[in-house]
Amino acid sequence: MKKINDLNLPEHVKYTKDHEWAKFEEEVVTIGITDYAQDQLGEIVFVEMPEVVDTFSAQDEFGTVESVKAVSALYMPISGEVVAVNDNLEDAPELVNEDCYQGGWIIKIKPADSAEMDALMDKAAYLEMLKG
Amino acid sequence: MIRQPGTSGLIFNEPTVWDKSRDGRCALSLPRADVDRVPLNPALTGDAPNLPQLSELDVVRHYTRLSQWNFGVDSGMYPLGSCTMKYNPKTNEIQASRQGFAGAHPLAGEAFSQGALRLMYELEQFLAEITGFAGVTLQPAAGAHGELAGMLIIHAYHAKQGRQRSKIIIPDTAHGTNPAAATLCGYKSVNLKSGPKGILEPEAVAAVMDEDTAGIMITNPNTLGLFEEHIREICAIVHGKGGLVYGDGANMNAIMGVVKPGHSGIDVLHLNLHKTFSTPHGGGGPGSGPVAVTKDLIAFLPIPRVEKQLDTFRFVTDCPDTIGRMHTFYGHFGVMIKAYAYILSMGPQGLLDASRLAVLNANYIKECLKDTLNLPYDRPCMHECVFNDARQKNYHITTKDITKRLLDYGFHPPTVYFPLVVEGAFMVEPTETESKEDIDQFINAVKAIVKEAESTPEKLTQAPTLPKVTRLDEVTAARKPCLRG
Amino acid sequence: MRYLPHTQKDIKEMLAVTGRTSLDDQFDTIPDAVKSKTALNLPDPLSEWDLNDHMEKLASDNIACQGYTCFIGAGSYDHYIPAIIPYLISRSEFATAYTPYQPEVSQGTLQGIYEFQTMVTDLLGMDIATASHYDCGTALAECALIALRKNKKADKIAVSDLVHPSHRQIIDTYIKPAGFSMVTIGHTKEGLTDISALEAMEGIAGVAVQSPNFFGHIEDLAAFKKVAESKKILFITSFTEALAWGLLKSPGSFGADLVAGEGQSLGIPKTFGGPGLGLLAGSTKLMRDLPGRLVGRTKDSNGKDGYVLTLSTREQHIRREKASSNICSNNGLNAMTAAMYLSTVGKIGIREIAQLNHDKAVYLQSVLTSAGFEPIFAQPFFNEFVMKAPKHFKEKRIELINRYCLFAGLDLEPFYPQLTDHYLFCATEKVSREQMDQLAKEVAQ
Repeated sequence: MKKINDLNLPEHVKYTKDHEWAKFEEEVVTIGITDYAQDQLGEIVFVEMPEVVDTFSAQDEFGTVESVKAVSALYMPISGEVVAVNDNLEDAPELVNEDCYQGGWIIKIKPADSAEMDALMDKAAYLEMLKG
Repeated sequence: MIRQPGTSGLIFNEPTVWDKSRDGRCALSLPRADVDRVPLNPALTGDAPNLPQLSELDVVRHYTRLSQWNFGVDSGMYPLGSCTMKYNPKTNEIQASRQGFAGAHPLAGEAFSQGALRLMYELEQFLAEITGFAGVTLQPAAGAHGELAGMLIIHAYHAKQGRQRSKIIIPDTAHGTNPAAATLCGYKSVNLKSGPKGILEPEAVAAVMDEDTAGIMITNPNTLGLFEEHIREICAIVHGKGGLVYGDGANMNAIMGVVKPGHSGIDVLHLNLHKTFSTPHGGGGPGSGPVAVTKDLIAFLPIPRVEKQLDTFRFVTDCPDTIGRMHTFYGHFGVMIKAYAYILSMGPQGLLDASRLAVLNANYIKECLKDTLNLPYDRPCMHECVFNDARQKNYHITTKDITKRLLDYGFHPPTVYFPLVVEGAFMVEPTETESKEDIDQFINAVKAIVKEAESTPEKLTQAPTLPKVTRLDEVTAARKPCLRG
Repeated sequence: MRYLPHTQKDIKEMLAVTGRTSLDDQFDTIPDAVKSKTALNLPDPLSEWDLNDHMEKLASDNIACQGYTCFIGAGSYDHYIPAIIPYLISRSEFATAYTPYQPEVSQGTLQGIYEFQTMVTDLLGMDIATASHYDCGTALAECALIALRKNKKADKIAVSDLVHPSHRQIIDTYIKPAGFSMVTIGHTKEGLTDISALEAMEGIAGVAVQSPNFFGHIEDLAAFKKVAESKKILFITSFTEALAWGLLKSPGSFGADLVAGEGQSLGIPKTFGGPGLGLLAGSTKLMRDLPGRLVGRTKDSNGKDGYVLTLSTREQHIRREKASSNICSNNGLNAMTAAMYLSTVGKIGIREIAQLNHDKAVYLQSVLTSAGFEPIFAQPFFNEFVMKAPKHFKEKRIELINRYCLFAGLDLEPFYPQLTDHYLFCATEKVSREQMDQLAKEVAQ
């Protein structure tokens, strides 16, 4: 497993305590799991995703990621309606391991209130949390 | 080094049955037709299923070779924690295969099935005596099925009281089947942490038990191999709030003749005939999971029930409060025969001795290995003891590596990564049927492996090398499932 | 006791290591209040030969003695079991192993079950089959739960009343506590599930139809598939006689989403109803909703083919309260038995055996008709059919059991109270023309 200082934690995304990241761009928020989360889970074998038009509140469970012997729930960083899911993960769940911030994104949502983004952590705060 | 049983053995390659198949072969003795052939309407018939075509020797050799790739209790020590892999007596198999049992049709009628009914009735009585309960059903087909039956009984009890409850308390040492069974009854699991001694603390139970909680599911002895010393107090707390106590009797092998769970405050208990009562596990079943209950809960047992009237036995289905039916017929009768034969062979003293020696074997292993492997709860154990890989972490060696190396030494590994409360758990249950020599050999194997972990860790990380296959790619198996040939 | 290897010397030495003075002393962490004060009140132990006598006496109190003739099916079938099946399945490497959690030393079980899964998918025309379930009834209840989970807006499951009566009871037991209910679809006077009743139903998550149904009749599965599709609900089929698929069009060919079946016919003795073999198959889109174990093919670190348990995250030991089922032990050894049976009969044998079952059943029906029985339904059947019996058959039937160990059909009245004097007959490849003629002669008198 990676040491905390070796984790890839980009500046331009926000973080949650459940190790999701969220990025707001042109009225759409893209959501995935952090480098820390994918590293802890190990080789990911399946990602269970919601359907487009499903709506969730912040903290709702919207799917799961599975390794061979563990399942982890995915929680909504903010409220919103699902506008896209990453279909590539169906055949290549390993994208979440290999490229968790780009090719391994999980869903895109239309936020109910983009101001909810402000409540999420920035890199410094997330790193602080990981160091405990 | 003491010689270990591990060897590459007599292992043949063997393709799948389709690779062996040749058009036109058939291993079945086809009877002469003594009635006219009457074709069905072709609109209803399909092509014959594409089954393999083999000669009789092809079939025999195929399965003989497959069997040689398998490790069973008859091959060697199989100290799988919480699974009670004791010797499966061969006489039990002979008893179950008698024509009068194996050939019995379940709907032949009670008058013509008295032998089977009598056996079921007497086995219920034996199990009631061993567990200290008033009533027993043999219907559940496996331990988890028994748990489901037990939870349905608790659910039905609360419904009958007039107010259903929404939660159930499940300790962190529980088998995964416990929360899954609770969910099927619509109960939300409330997770309860065990205390620093590895057992439940009455105060912790009292803090979460309320009048919206249906009860608690307790495994005793628990999955750390420890007896829940406060069982009486805990049951009293749960009963005080109107709840019931479910006992997971998977570990009954430690306490036969020593403790009757029915006398400790437990209301419902399931047993695994394929653990405590010596019936074979069969590579994952069929098992049998009888459920024992207190007098107040007998009315909720599944139907049909077996009753005795004078000297005849009959099935009773007229039970208005029953949870209903759990199995198409009466459960796994074939497994019941074996457990019944076991109890009759052992007798009361034999069962007590079995538990005493199971506990002796486990404690002996615990003492002999506690300087070799980390022992998170160093207390007198019951039938199993739980170590972990904390000391081997320095060499980047995990429980999994030790496990895989044990295969090369000729032992089936213990249960690993369970219970979840011990990180990297290595859970050893030797059972009473292993001799001191076999146990010493196992202890020596673990000690030798731990030495290798320090000196030549690659022997562990690359293990096993002797079995038919080396470590398998489980990631690809799950990412791109191939579930049929 | 011959199963306990410890000598007095062993016990002494081991107690010295554990620091105990006696075997009883080992239990001192157990509070006195819960310890038993008296010895178990059980019979004294029997020697092996005494046990043999006792067990043979019990066994012979059942009328399943040598040479008995069985015209009863109804979920448990009297088929011939080739000698190699019990011989091979008693190999203790199969019988005394546990669930194959250590795949390197369990390849026998794993390849065997993988082959079983494959043969079941072939037999049923389905995409995926699980590594087995307890029996058909419990497998069918699991299918009902899958439908209810997939279709959250509905809280009912529609079940034909020609699904085996016990299976319907099991569904009820399984689904009721979580707040779901079962609605029963009645049957027509032709002895088929009433499809028009299903069409009128609302708020259902799935429909379950058995074919051949409890009366032995072959249902029009294509028509039910159409209705299920139009209602956007899961189409579940079940069966109790697995050998029917040696002859009939498979449930998969009609687009079944889920199939639950009883595999006892595939080389497994009746043994008073259990253990049998629950078969459970589904379409690929339901792969992650299926309960219980699945074996998959993969490679080892040297690139050699091998097999593992896979998709375990569906199961209770990982997903705990969110698992697709609480099942752990299944009926693995009976699945292996069925695989051996299917390999033995093969493509040629299964067709022949299936046809023979049908031929014998048609013959039995014709001789019983000549003997005064009334074939009340004019439906095609596989190896079971219903007949209305002449007066006094009830007494005659008991007499036949007592005199000849011949079981002439199953009285349907306890299951369908309106069907007084109706009997469900079954003929398998094991019954001879002579036995059927004897039955006809006896009942005609």
